[in-house]
Amino acid sequence: MQRSPPLSPGPCAAGDAPNRRSGHAREELRRRLRGLIERSRVMIFSKSYCPHSTRVKELFSSLGVECNVLELDQVDDGAKVQEVLSEITNQKTVPNVFVNKVHVGGCDQTLQAYQSGLLQKLLQEDSAYDYDLIIVGGGSGGLSCAKEAAILGKKVMVLDFVVPSPQGTSWGLGGTCVNVGCIPKKLMHQAALLGQALCDSRKFGWEYNQQVKHNWETMTKAIQNHISSLNWGYRLSLREKAVAYVNSYGEFVEHHKIKATNKKGQETYYTAAQFVIATGERPRYLGIQGDKEYCITSDDLFSLPYCPGKTLVVGASYVALECAGFLAGFGLDVTVMVRSILLRGFDQEMAEKVGSYMEQHGVKFLRKFIPVMIQQLEKGSPGKLKVLAKSTEGTETIEGVYNTVLLAIGRDSCTRKMGLEKIGVKINEKSGKIPVNDVEQTSVPYVYAVGDVSEGKPELTPVAIQSGKLLARRLFGASLEKCDYINVPTTVFTPLEYGCCGLAEEKAIEVYKKENLEIYHTLFWPLEWTVAGRENNTCYAKIICNKLDHDRVIGFHILGPNAGEVTQGFAAAMKCGLTKQLLDDTIGIHPTCGEVGNRRF
Amino acid sequence: MAAMAVALRGLGGRFRWRTQAVAGGVRGAARGAAAAQLGRKVAVVDYVEPSPQGTRWGLGGTCVNVGCIPKKLMHQAALLGGLIQDAPHYGWEVAQPVPHDWRKMAEAVQNHVKSLNWGHRVQLQDRKVKYFNIKASFVDEHTVCGVAKGGKEILLSADHIIIATGGRPRYPTHIEGALEYGITSDDIFWLKESPGKTLVVGASYVALECAGFLTGIGLDTTVMIRSIPLRGFDQQMSSMVIEHMASHGTQFLRGCAPSRVRRLPDGHLQVTWEDCTTGKEDTGTFDTVLWAIGRVPDTRSLNLEKAGVDTSPDTQKILVDSREGTSVPHIYAIGDVVEGRPELTPTAIMAGRLLVQRLFGGSSDLMDYDNVPTTVFTPLEYGCVGLSEEEAVARHGQEHVEVYHAHYKPLEFTVAGRDASQCYVKMVCLREPPQLVLGLHFLGPNAGEVTQGLALGIKCGASYAQVMRTVGIHPTCSEEVVKLRISKRSGLDPTVTGC
Repeated sequence: MQRSPPLSPGPCAAGDAPNRRSGHAREELRRRLRGLIERSRVMIFSKSYCPHSTRVKELFSSLGVECNVLELDQVDDGAKVQEVLSEITNQKTVPNVFVNKVHVGGCDQTLQAYQSGLLQKLLQEDSAYDYDLIIVGGGSGGLSCAKEAAILGKKVMVLDFVVPSPQGTSWGLGGTCVNVGCIPKKLMHQAALLGQALCDSRKFGWEYNQQVKHNWETMTKAIQNHISSLNWGYRLSLREKAVAYVNSYGEFVEHHKIKATNKKGQETYYTAAQFVIATGERPRYLGIQGDKEYCITSDDLFSLPYCPGKTLVVGASYVALECAGFLAGFGLDVTVMVRSILLRGFDQEMAEKVGSYMEQHGVKFLRKFIPVMIQQLEKGSPGKLKVLAKSTEGTETIEGVYNTVLLAIGRDSCTRKMGLEKIGVKINEKSGKIPVNDVEQTSVPYVYAVGDVSEGKPELTPVAIQSGKLLARRLFGASLEKCDYINVPTTVFTPLEYGCCGLAEEKAIEVYKKENLEIYHTLFWPLEWTVAGRENNTCYAKIICNKLDHDRVIGFHILGPNAGEVTQGFAAAMKCGLTKQLLDDTIGIHPTCGEVGNRRF
Repeated sequence: MAAMAVALRGLGGRFRWRTQAVAGGVRGAARGAAAAQLGRKVAVVDYVEPSPQGTRWGLGGTCVNVGCIPKKLMHQAALLGGLIQDAPHYGWEVAQPVPHDWRKMAEAVQNHVKSLNWGHRVQLQDRKVKYFNIKASFVDEHTVCGVAKGGKEILLSADHIIIATGGRPRYPTHIEGALEYGITSDDIFWLKESPGKTLVVGASYVALECAGFLTGIGLDTTVMIRSIPLRGFDQQMSSMVIEHMASHGTQFLRGCAPSRVRRLPDGHLQVTWEDCTTGKEDTGTFDTVLWAIGRVPDTRSLNLEKAGVDTSPDTQKILVDSREGTSVPHIYAIGDVVEGRPELTPTAIMAGRLLVQRLFGGSSDLMDYDNVPTTVFTPLEYGCVGLSEEEAVARHGQEHVEVYHAHYKPLEFTVAGRDASQCYVKMVCLREPPQLVLGLHFLGPNAGEVTQGLALGIKCGASYAQVMRTVGIHPTCSEEVVKLRISKRSGLDPTVTGC
């Protein structure tokens, strides 16, 4: 996409065309280079006048090894070759040496490899490594990458190990989304929606009089059963694709070599030509007295063997609000303690509406407070906890007693205890995240990172899946396609769902200036809510258009039932360059919430 | 029922209008209101001829009174019945089975519709649109006439007249007892008492939607279909809709046609039908027989010939050009009464709005009737936009069409133990890159919500590649659309597994 503002939705097919044409040529070249690399025992990309190249060639000839040499200064497309090589290897200079398909590096690295004996080993074996690819982390990103690499004929291993939470919760293969994220969250959200549906149903003629109670254990067991079946399904699909799965903790010990430690503490070492880090994140703790002993996080909630009872949710992330929402939906007494703003990073008008709907539906909010101490008053399932909190603005302190305290204050990357420093993979010291370039490559060329662990990327399952899959295709297939992180839609499954795609209003103003934006918005009343007697003037939608670019839609926000289902198509339309005019010209589907965009703006 | 928008200058019992609409349908109201906003004098003339069973209703047309609105609400009632059955799996301790009270539902739905009738009247008033509840017909090409309740004859004349009288259910008058004992969608939503055991005759979306919600609220329901279901829709999808209904309790009599309806001494209706292939006769007894075999345009009582407005000899629908103009230059027609238009509320509304903007707002924008999305609210909803697979193949040839498809399982179905055999999505594309999307078909929960945004995408000229570059929203049903990788041509199993 060549549009100048970095976050604008891309132009339609017309704008893509020149890119595509040059893309094809590049793809051809890339395929040719891969062919050269794969067919040659030793492949050297060189320049005839370069002294470093000469040294490398002399080294191989002294070893009596025949080399395939391409002199880039003597072919027409040498500059292009060098560009594509730098994409493949992240090395811009010559010589660029491959031995038995493995990228060794430039002159210095080749000489080093010779001194360490690695070069000889590479020359001896078909492959010097146990695996073509080892993936650390069996979540959405890791698994999609593993499966795709296996489909492309590579020898792949997945190392996955769940370090138990401080409360001792652990789970199977599949990562956060499947075990302690999207899946159980959406199912509990659905359970809460069913509670609402039960209330609605009386208005629609269904007759029952008894007070309907919710049974936490029944629900949790059903959800955990579903998750177990998914865990099993993942193992099966890895087996089918001949991906080696090892339930061990991975830690780099030297270049291309990783130590895998299993539950029993047994250590095994594996080597691979390339690595992908997809270890994701785990919930953050407050670092106050009593937090790790007594509080739970989203890691524990979904498999909690007992109903949490009166709950304090600490945090205002989407995780916090979603959990608070469904707990309240089961009829529990729920309080959310918020340090500053709701749903940081999301459109703040929408975030406040999400919060106020929750507040109207029984969730209490304690704004501008942070916990300072958690004390256990009584043991039990659940027990009783005393929470001491202080104001973020003054000296006021408050105390409350809850059965459960759920921390949802953010998540930390799992990067610090895996030996990344030993092989030189740089991490952001503050966040722990791994900086990657636009092809998911870390500071070490043969190590890549996908999913929540990579810096500056949306922390979403479908993004991880997409980037993992595309990475495998680029590494082992003939593909050049990069993951497109623009206009990624998402939905917050709070009691009233919030779906969005593109820019928040604040961000749009910052990027494009207020005077260049036109914002259309409307309240709406879903038809199903009328007879149910649910509130009017609550559901809300807005679109943000860039006046300088044909009123192109750069932000879409909707608060209402089935927001996820509604938002997906708008996201596809935004990928195709949706404008206000096109929105006006499209006919609505009556009667739906989705038609709000077509009828009401 | 009839709506006309007119613009008026009063002189005794005779009025002179700038614009006039015959029929108070949604479209009439929209157009009338719009014309008033553009500073014209507008009148809406609306009258609901009672159904043969005596059902009548207020302002707003089919959609509001006997169409989309009550239909979707009763569909919702049925969906809630399904959710009640799901609830125990999710921990809600509801004793099953839960009975359903038709009266309570019908009253709630009817009250909502009445509030909408009222809302439409207020809207017309606010916009200074004069409203006449009279049955109007043409006197000449500028004048319509009707009789008010008191017997007073009212003559209205206007510079522009818009006909938006819509259609009414067709009765199979050749079948003995059809008119006396049968009801239609004009009546079902206004029944005070439960229809009981019901035979629905027809294979239109109206037939299937009604049969779906009747089954869903626990009634014994049978659908009699002479030939193919959902004519005009993608046939693979249509048959899956039927398959789903059949596996959820709706009974089907395929290839059968009714021959007579009799009332038995105990008040039940005895229906006799013939199996069209074997010629064998069979009978069954029902409490209610619902005809849903199509609709006829409401043009016969308009005296169109006095104004010189041409209609199709086959369908009696009004013939118009791309500007919605009839054979008489200042008379226009929109909505279901027009030949060859999709019979959909949002289409009628938009056509009305654009027409008035062209007439009085200096606009030249024409209505684009391509890629109109729609959704059939059967128990498993079916949303679609663009071409059916058959139509795509007919226009472009099998060799040039690529169909991507998937069987998926909605996450919510898993814990509830629901069967997802018919949850299915397919995208019909051109085969040549960039593989322009020709049509999208989605069968599953919330299909309407899913289809709407994708219709926008198709309007923007979406290609398969662009849709695939769209990141999914997890976990939703709609994300299946952006994850369609398996083409029919490949022959691979399109069942989605895992995340």
